[in-house]
Amino acid sequence: MFAFIIRRTLQAIMVMLVISLIGFSIKSNIGDPVRDLVGERVTPAERAAIADKLGLNDPFFIQYTRFVKNVLHGDFGTSLIYRKPCLEVILKHAPATIELVLGAALIIILISLPLGVFSALKPKHLFSRFIMGFSTLGVSIPVFLTAIMFIYLFAVTLGWLPSYGRGETVDIFNNGYWNSGFLTIDGLKHLVLPCISLASIMLPLYIRLIRSEMMEVLETEYIKYAWAKGLSPKRIWLVHAFKNTLLPVVTVFGLQIGIMFAFTILTETVFQWQGMGFMFLEAIQRADISLLIAYLVVVASVFVLVNTLVDIFYGFINPTVRIAGTK
Amino acid sequence: MKSSLQKFKESYFLYSFKRDKVAMASFIAILIFIALAITAPWIAPMNPYDSNNIDIMNSEIAPSWTKGGQADFPLGTDNMGRDMLSTMLYGLRTSIMIGIGAVSLQALIGIFMGLSAGYLGGKTDAILMRIADIQFSFPYLMLAILVGAIFQIVFGISRYEQLAVPLLILIIGFAEWPMYARTIRASVMREKNKEYVEAAKVIGLSKPVIMVRHVLPNSLTSLMVISTIQIANAVMSEAALSFLGLGMPVTMPSLGSLIRSGFDYIFSGSWWITVFPGILLILFVLAINLLGDWLRDVLNPKLYKD
Amino acid sequence: MSHLLEIHDLEVKFALRTGDIIAIDGVDLTLDRGETLGLVGESGAGKSVTGFSIINLISKPGYISKGKILFNGDEISSYPDKKMREIRGNKISMIFQDPMMTLNPVFTIGTQMIETLLAHKNISKKEATKIALEKLKKVQIPSPGTRLNQYPHELSGGMRQRIIIAIALITDPQIIIADEPTTALDVTIQAEIMDLLQELCETDNMALILITHDLAVVSQVTEKIAVMYAGKIIESGLTHEVISNPKHPYTIGLINSIPGSTKPGEKLQQIPGMMPTLSEIPSGCAFNPRCTEKKEICETIIPEPKKTDSGSIVSCHMR
Repeated sequence: MFAFIIRRTLQAIMVMLVISLIGFSIKSNIGDPVRDLVGERVTPAERAAIADKLGLNDPFFIQYTRFVKNVLHGDFGTSLIYRKPCLEVILKHAPATIELVLGAALIIILISLPLGVFSALKPKHLFSRFIMGFSTLGVSIPVFLTAIMFIYLFAVTLGWLPSYGRGETVDIFNNGYWNSGFLTIDGLKHLVLPCISLASIMLPLYIRLIRSEMMEVLETEYIKYAWAKGLSPKRIWLVHAFKNTLLPVVTVFGLQIGIMFAFTILTETVFQWQGMGFMFLEAIQRADISLLIAYLVVVASVFVLVNTLVDIFYGFINPTVRIAGTK
Repeated sequence: MKSSLQKFKESYFLYSFKRDKVAMASFIAILIFIALAITAPWIAPMNPYDSNNIDIMNSEIAPSWTKGGQADFPLGTDNMGRDMLSTMLYGLRTSIMIGIGAVSLQALIGIFMGLSAGYLGGKTDAILMRIADIQFSFPYLMLAILVGAIFQIVFGISRYEQLAVPLLILIIGFAEWPMYARTIRASVMREKNKEYVEAAKVIGLSKPVIMVRHVLPNSLTSLMVISTIQIANAVMSEAALSFLGLGMPVTMPSLGSLIRSGFDYIFSGSWWITVFPGILLILFVLAINLLGDWLRDVLNPKLYKD
Repeated sequence: MSHLLEIHDLEVKFALRTGDIIAIDGVDLTLDRGETLGLVGESGAGKSVTGFSIINLISKPGYISKGKILFNGDEISSYPDKKMREIRGNKISMIFQDPMMTLNPVFTIGTQMIETLLAHKNISKKEATKIALEKLKKVQIPSPGTRLNQYPHELSGGMRQRIIIAIALITDPQIIIADEPTTALDVTIQAEIMDLLQELCETDNMALILITHDLAVVSQVTEKIAVMYAGKIIESGLTHEVISNPKHPYTIGLINSIPGSTKPGEKLQQIPGMMPTLSEIPSGCAFNPRCTEKKEICETIIPEPKKTDSGSIVSCHMR
């Protein structure tokens, strides 16, 4: 197990190095750190002097090492639009996105597990057919369209829920970083539509995944054996079959959290949700290269971290992987 | 022997197709959509790209059957005064064009990589599949958005908008090739050790010839299944990019950018600018997904096992 | 005094899209307390389906279409599922063919043993663990204590089959149905497992139904034998009678094809042809196309079972 963790970690570090290299090449080719620092109103001579001071004329590799070293110290440079260190900007926007993803993940888990399991156990039931039909429709609707329809229906027409922003938030740690919408009624109201929209795109996928995995497990010898042992259906379905179903589902869930982050860009745009995705789009529109690259590196690290953790977790709950890892 | 097997598959294929009403309906729907897209310049009431046809006075006219609608504009007009029906037909044309273009590129890169990895094996395989894995772990939409963003900054917005179609094909094409590469590699690994490949080796055919002429045709079924899903994905990605302002410009809208431009007017009650292109997009993607589902069920290699 | 298990005129059908096909056609069997019965036949003859019918666990789309199964005089074939569960794994246990596939990979041996006890007996987890340990000793597993916390994949096939036997024993059942219990194992281990099974049944006075295609094993282990062909029992009786004095041409063919029944150096005898698939069973005696003694009547009339002079029952027009 230990060797497996080491191997997986080394792999993660390799991937991060490659991503940082890509990020840095983009930055050094299209970014303009001098402008980021002092703006446009300096003479060419001054610019050259600053560029020299910043080491922009050093060989690529030396600049890259410096970039990695800075990044490891949390220094991603200064954001052009916010006039603050990039990392600080990202960290301040992160909680909004994390809460959005968290809310959506919660909805997905609460809905996909029972629906997926039910439609696997009773595939011919009318309700199961309805679920399957609905999920095909679900994957065919782009997330931003779902979001727009929700706004039109629940905010514009019915006026039940707010259509944009995060509403009233509470500063959890009193340091200006984590403003949570989970603690106020208004904040929760604002969370409903964005979270459901974000969840809507992944939900069909999970229902189908859980269903097909579960159906496959139900056909195995060990499930038939469990019946022969006289166990109750509840134990066979919810303990024996479910645990075996969960293994692949957990892996996919871990990998798909990354995709959820991608979709937050769309959801946040529609709902003007002040999270990382919203910030990212702002950075694109105003060509804030430092912030873009910082976003790229931070988001990539999160993916790699999550992937690695999921793999290791998978190793813990699946004994066969564990053995393979130690050999 | 092989041709008779092929015939059997085709007949079974056709048989289950005829029996499945949903598959037939979605196939017909797709044909209609493609026909509409191809003939758009001739059947559309007006040319939305031609600024001479556009009168800003006509903006935001409601669909003809509602209050304030005009018979000239059956589905109303958008915020720039263009006929919705015509703009949607052109938008569908653009969306399908980019979708098919991007998937062709994906397939080209993916098949090449997959064949090389699967057949050459060893280090080539390890390196290529490592790259695919890493890219795979990164969400394709995120990648497409990032690359789109960088292109837009490098080219500048106006140049980017001029080059939007080829750039989008490039972006979406590169974002999802690993899907093909993996599938192809898996089938190559399966086919590689079969007797007919051995026989081809014995009669002295070169590796590339064996790969393209013998191994590839046997991967066609899985290619067909993923291609349908990938086209749906590509159309959705294009719509997402356009919605974010990283895709087709408003002057040459795809369905995604039409929805985007309509979104700004939805609060003032002009729902049709968003809703009609939205429905068209959903119907098109839904038809592809339904056909893809059916294809996967019919062609699923698992079912052939026993 | 009724028998421990009686099967009367059992018929099992499989509902296919093209129509129902008959997998088991009028099987009669009896088993007494502590008795061992061998159910022999080629694969597809319906012996496994018969075994699974007893605990009413035929794989879909199969179902019992006729006949009844009595256990201690009760008609268990008409039990609702909940009542049937009290029999399965409790009064009648089953041993599956492939020990590599039978145990759930994500639960420890201990969990899978104890859950069976907890499902049937009103005892604490501690007591259940004690019993599990006891049964592991009984199947002669080395260091049984550590096995409880191990996962199936950490154990060899032979070891796993011992554990499955231990699970079968855990509730002290009256019948064990063993479906090809040694087929998936190495030859060297097969004999060990078979001996163990036989010995345990003897000491605990359990009845055993041994489903196998291996006549040699049956002749060594069981007291009674039933030979199946194409969903029917074509010959049954005391094992030593049937083996030493087979009546049905199929049984004769089977015995002659065992290595050792012919002298070394001579060619093994074979039954020509193959068993028909269930959907295309020939009219008359199902064995007639392969039979060496075929007469006209065999192609038209299904032979009724009749008692022979040696006491065995055989279904053949020629006897």
